[in-house]
Amino acid sequence: MTTPVELEQTQVDPALDLVADETGTEDRPWLTIVWNDPVNLMSYVTYIFQQLFGYSREKATKLMLDVHHKGRAVVSSGSREKVEIDVAKLHGAGLWATMQRDT
Amino acid sequence: MNGWRRRGDLLVATFTGREAGLLRGMVGQIRDLLAARVAATPRDELADLTGVIAGPTTAPTDRVLARLLPDFHREDTGLSGGMRALHEPELLAAKDGAAAVVLETCPAHGGRIRLSEEQAQAWLTALNDVRLALGTVLEVTEDMPDELPPDDPRTPHLAVYHWLTWVQESLIQALIST
Repeated sequence: MTTPVELEQTQVDPALDLVADETGTEDRPWLTIVWNDPVNLMSYVTYIFQQLFGYSREKATKLMLDVHHKGRAVVSSGSREKVEIDVAKLHGAGLWATMQRDT
Repeated sequence: MNGWRRRGDLLVATFTGREAGLLRGMVGQIRDLLAARVAATPRDELADLTGVIAGPTTAPTDRVLARLLPDFHREDTGLSGGMRALHEPELLAAKDGAAAVVLETCPAHGGRIRLSEEQAQAWLTALNDVRLALGTVLEVTEDMPDELPPDDPRTPHLAVYHWLTWVQESLIQALIST
């Protein structure tokens, strides 16, 4: 992942993290990845990033361009529960998103 | 349909009867598809007792539904299945709700449409779902030409797809204009 996403969302609820910690790697956050697809409009993807995550127009546009040019971008990160909800919201908007553990 | 305009707090556009019929037909088909997915989800005794509805753990076999409801994780099928069971019912309900807003606000025979910002956002979601569905069936790619050869069976459908793209793009531009 080459996307310099600000990790301001890494507030982890200690109680939740205990549950998520099955492999002893609780220090590695989860990432929300958005993948490029040929249907979603650039303006729509930017708009959705602003609406769902409260990102500025500039940040949302940069992430959208990363998705477009690099094929994917990390759009948020944090606890498994947070990322899971972010992925569900993106699916609700029709974006192609997945979650994965940071490597 | 000459595009969406912002009028104060409202988003307005005028659809011809043919445009309204076309859009309503496609949105209705998405609702049917979503309903079929709900109907295919087995009821279980626990869900009846607790009221907590669990979705299926496997991705839809239908390619359009699979695009509307992607996996949560690329490799971990166990994780994806669990997430799907947890979130798919609410995703289906949200998509159906967005489609319902279009059907409620788009007159069957066309005319002037006035949307609140919230309704406009539902329209964006529903328009996007219809474009995803059509794009999947048309096998749209990034470098697909704007027009296909006249004898390509997809040609008339691609025109509908481009029209939907324009309707959606115009609505986004109206929403972000101040």
